[in-house]
Amino acid sequence: MKQLLTFIKKEFRHILRDTRSLLVLLGLPIVQLLIFGFAITNEVRNTSIAILDNSKDEVTQNIITKIESSQYFDIDRTISTSDQIEKAFKTGKIKVAIVFQQNFQEELLHLNKAQVQILADATDPNQATTLTNYLSSILMDYQTELNQQNKLPFTINTEMRMLYNPQLKGAYTSVPGVMGMILLLISTMMTSIAIVKEKEFGTMEILLVSPMKPWLVVLSKVIPYFIISMINVASILILSVLVLELPIQGSLLLLIGITTLYLLCALSLGILISTVTNSQLAAMLISLLGLMLPVVMLSGYAFPIANMPTVLQIISNIVPAKWYIIMVKGVMIKGVGIAGIWKESLVILGMTFFFLLVSVKRFKVRL
Amino acid sequence: MAAITLENIVKTYQTKKSVITAVDDVSFSVEEGELFGLIGPDGAGKTSLFRVLTTLLLADKGTATVLDYDVVKDFESIRDIVGYMPGRFSLYQDLTVEENLEFFATIFNTTIEENYDLVADIYKQLEPFKTRRAGKLSGGMKQKLALSCALIHKPKILFLDEPTTGVDPVSRKEFWEMLKRLKAQGITILVSTPYMDEAKLCDRIALMQNGKILQINTPQNIVNTYGSNLYAVHSENMFKLLTDLRAFEKTESCFAFGENHHLTLNDEAIGITEIETYLKNSGHTQLTIETIEPGIEDCFMHLMKKNND
Amino acid sequence: MISNEIVIKTDKLTKRFGDFIAVSEISFEVYKGEIFGFLGANGAGKTTAMKMLIGISKPSSGKAQIAGYDVYKQTELVKKNIGYMSQKFSLYEDLTVKENIQLFGGIYGLSDSELESKGNQLITKLNLQNEADKLVGSLPLGWKQKLSFSIAILHSPKIVFLDEPTGGVDPITRRQFWDMIYEASDNGITVFVTTHYMDEAEYCRRVSIMVDGVIKALDSPKNLKEQYKAESMEEVFLMLARKAQRGE
Repeated sequence: MKQLLTFIKKEFRHILRDTRSLLVLLGLPIVQLLIFGFAITNEVRNTSIAILDNSKDEVTQNIITKIESSQYFDIDRTISTSDQIEKAFKTGKIKVAIVFQQNFQEELLHLNKAQVQILADATDPNQATTLTNYLSSILMDYQTELNQQNKLPFTINTEMRMLYNPQLKGAYTSVPGVMGMILLLISTMMTSIAIVKEKEFGTMEILLVSPMKPWLVVLSKVIPYFIISMINVASILILSVLVLELPIQGSLLLLIGITTLYLLCALSLGILISTVTNSQLAAMLISLLGLMLPVVMLSGYAFPIANMPTVLQIISNIVPAKWYIIMVKGVMIKGVGIAGIWKESLVILGMTFFFLLVSVKRFKVRL
Repeated sequence: MAAITLENIVKTYQTKKSVITAVDDVSFSVEEGELFGLIGPDGAGKTSLFRVLTTLLLADKGTATVLDYDVVKDFESIRDIVGYMPGRFSLYQDLTVEENLEFFATIFNTTIEENYDLVADIYKQLEPFKTRRAGKLSGGMKQKLALSCALIHKPKILFLDEPTTGVDPVSRKEFWEMLKRLKAQGITILVSTPYMDEAKLCDRIALMQNGKILQINTPQNIVNTYGSNLYAVHSENMFKLLTDLRAFEKTESCFAFGENHHLTLNDEAIGITEIETYLKNSGHTQLTIETIEPGIEDCFMHLMKKNND
Repeated sequence: MISNEIVIKTDKLTKRFGDFIAVSEISFEVYKGEIFGFLGANGAGKTTAMKMLIGISKPSSGKAQIAGYDVYKQTELVKKNIGYMSQKFSLYEDLTVKENIQLFGGIYGLSDSELESKGNQLITKLNLQNEADKLVGSLPLGWKQKLSFSIAILHSPKIVFLDEPTGGVDPITRRQFWDMIYEASDNGITVFVTTHYMDEAEYCRRVSIMVDGVIKALDSPKNLKEQYKAESMEEVFLMLARKAQRGE
C-alpha cells in the first residue's frame, strides 16, 4: 500500500512539472466544453433568407414581417428576382428562400388557399430540414391566426424544394468534410513528423553538413505525402461517386485544382509546424490538438458555422479546411465554376504563402 | 596551411535557470594530415566544439576556420567538403547497409564506386550484411557503417565525434587501426573520445574538461611534462593498500589503476625505500613498488586536480 | 569481507529466442562480499544473462538462485533483495535528489524513520547538502552516478547489480565511484558489475568473460593473466573476444 502511495506521489510530480502536458490536461477540457457548449446547437439563428414576393399584398407583407421578427432569419432585401436567388444559392449567400405566388391574398380570400414555395440549400440536409421546419411553423402559426378570425378555414399550401440534394443525403455534407479533414491530417501531421524525425534521430545533423540544400530536404519530405494525399483524394472521390452516389456537378478539373491548392496549404502548414518543434511527439500533438480539433469543430464539417457565436465564427476563418469545404461543396454539389470560388481560393493561396514565408524565416540552417 | 584553426571560441547554453558554458575560450589548430584527438569526459565541451567546426552551431565569441574557410561566412563551402560522424552514429535505422551508403554517396554528388577504395577496407567487414537494416546491426558494425558513410565522398577532413563510445574494446581497437590507415592516405582527422587509452594513438591531443583545454601536445610530450615521480604499488590487499597510502602523510595523490595503485608524493626527497618501510609497517606483504612513466590518464587526472584547486 | 556464503548460483542457465541461443548453459557461483566482474563483448549475451539474474527475464532452462531465492518461483523476492543500477537509467531527472531517495526507499519498503536517517546519511556522505532539493537532471554526470549507486544500496541489499556504471565519466570520478564499490563490498554487499573499462576488471576479485553466449573464462585477474600469458586484462579480453563468431 505504501508503495502505491509513493508511486502516486511520484506520478503527480512528473505531471505537475511537465507544463506542456499540464496545459493539455487541464486546459483542453475547458476549451472543449466552451466550444461544444456554444458551437453545438442545431438551432439556427440569423440565417439569410431571400424573399420573392410575386404578390406584394397585405397578407404577404404580414407573413414577411413575421419572418423578419423571428430570430431565425435575416431577410436579404438585395435579392428580389429569380435569377438573383439562383445565384445567391450557388455562392452560398443564402440558405433558404420563400416564393409567394402572384395574387396571394386574393386567392386566399376567394379560393381559401394559396401557394408558397420554400427553397432550401440541401447540401447540408440537416440544416435544410431545420430551416424549412422553421418556415413551415411560421406559416402554420399565421394560418392558425387567420383562421381564428374567420369562419372558413384558409390553407396555405407549402411546396418544399430541396436544392442540390433532393434526397437529403448525408453524404453530401460529410464527404467534403471528410476530404478536408483527412487531407489536412495526413499532409500536415505526417509531413511535420517526417521532418522532425530527422531532427530526433540526429540524421538531420549529417544532412545539414552536406552539399544538400535544406529546402531540397524539405521538398523530398513533402512530395511523397503530396502524392499519397492525391491518391487518397482519388479513392475518396471514386468511392463517393460509385458507392455513395454523390454527383460531381461541376468540373472535375476544377475540383482537382482546388484540392491541389488546398494540399499545398496543408503541406506548408506541416513544414511550419516542423520548424517549431523538435520531437515527433510534439509535432503529432500540435497537429492533432491544434488542427484536428478546430477542423472538426470549426470548419463547418460537423456543425454549421452560422450557428456558432460570432467569436468562433471569426476564428473559423483561419481554419483552411473551412474554405476548402465550401469550395468542394460548391463545385461538387452545386456545380459552381471558378467565378463562384475565386474568393475562397485566394484565401487559401494567401494562407499558403504566409505559412511558407514564416517557415522559411524560421528554418534553421544550423542546429 | 592549418587544416583547422580555432581562436578564443566561447559557446554557452541557456537553460531555464542558468547559463552553462560549454566551451570556455578554446584556441588551437590542427595541421593537414594530422590525427588529432580531443580527450575528455562527458560535459567537457567536445561535441559543442565539433558542432561549431562543422558549422552546425554558432559560437558566442571567437573565430574558427576549416581549410581556410570561415565557419560562419563560408559555411556552405565547408559543408561540401567535410566528412562528419556525429555521436550516436546517425544512420537511417530502417534502411539497409547498402542503402545508407548509397544515400550518403548521392547527397555528396558521388557514387559508391567512385571512392570505393577508400572505404573498401572497412566495408569488407560489412559486406556480408549488405542487406541488413542498419538498426539491426551491433554497435561495432554501426560504427563501421557510419565511418564508411562519412568517408564515401572522399572528404579532406574527417570529424568524428565519440565514434568509439559504448562499443566493445575489440571493435574500438579495430576502429583505431582503420583511422591510422586513413591518416596514411592524407586525410586530416579530428576525433573525440572519453577513453584515455586511445589518446596515445593520436599525433597530438587536447585534454579537455568543463569547456577548458587542460593541455595540448603530443601524447609523449604531455607525459614528459608530468612533473613528478609516479610509482606503481601493489600488495596482497589492494583495498587496504589504498587506504593506507592515502593516510600516508607524504602522499600527494593515490589512485587505483587496475592492477596497481598509482602514487605521487608531496616530498621530492622521499623515494621507494621510505614508501616500502611505511607499508611494511602497516602489515602489507608481497609488496612491489616501481617508478613508472605516467600514462595519459595519469596526466589528465593530475591536470584536473591542478585545475580544480 | 568475503565469506564462503554463496549469494549467486547458476546451473546451466540458458536463454533461447526461437532458434537463437543467446545464453548457453552458464554455470557459476558468486560469494558474499565479492566484487565480481561480468565481462563480454557486445552481443556476447552479457545483458541477456544479467536480465535473467535480476529477475526481469525468465530463463529458457537451467537453474539460478539469487540471494537464496529461486529466479523462477520467487522472482519478487529476488527483486526485493537486490539493487540495480544501469547507465541508461538510474534516477528520475525531473525529481529532486531528496524525492528520488524517498521514492526508491519507499519502493524497497524502508520505513519512514529508516528512510529519514539513511537518506540524510547519504546526502551528507556525498556532500549533496546544497543540492538536496535540486532536480537530478541539473546535476553533473559524475554526481548522478554516485547518487544512483548510493540509492541502489540504500536498502542494504545482499547483491547490487551494476550495468556499465562508469561510462562517460571523468577518471577521478570513476575512481571515486570504485571507492564506493570497495566500501560496499567491505560491508558485505556483493557487487556484480559489467564494464568496458579493462582496468576496472582488475579491481574485481574474480572476472568472467562471455563469448558467443558461453563463459569462456572465469578466474581472478591474476590467474587469467598467468593462464593466457598476458600483461593486462585487456590483452586477455582481446585474445578471447577476437575469436568470437558473433561479431555482428
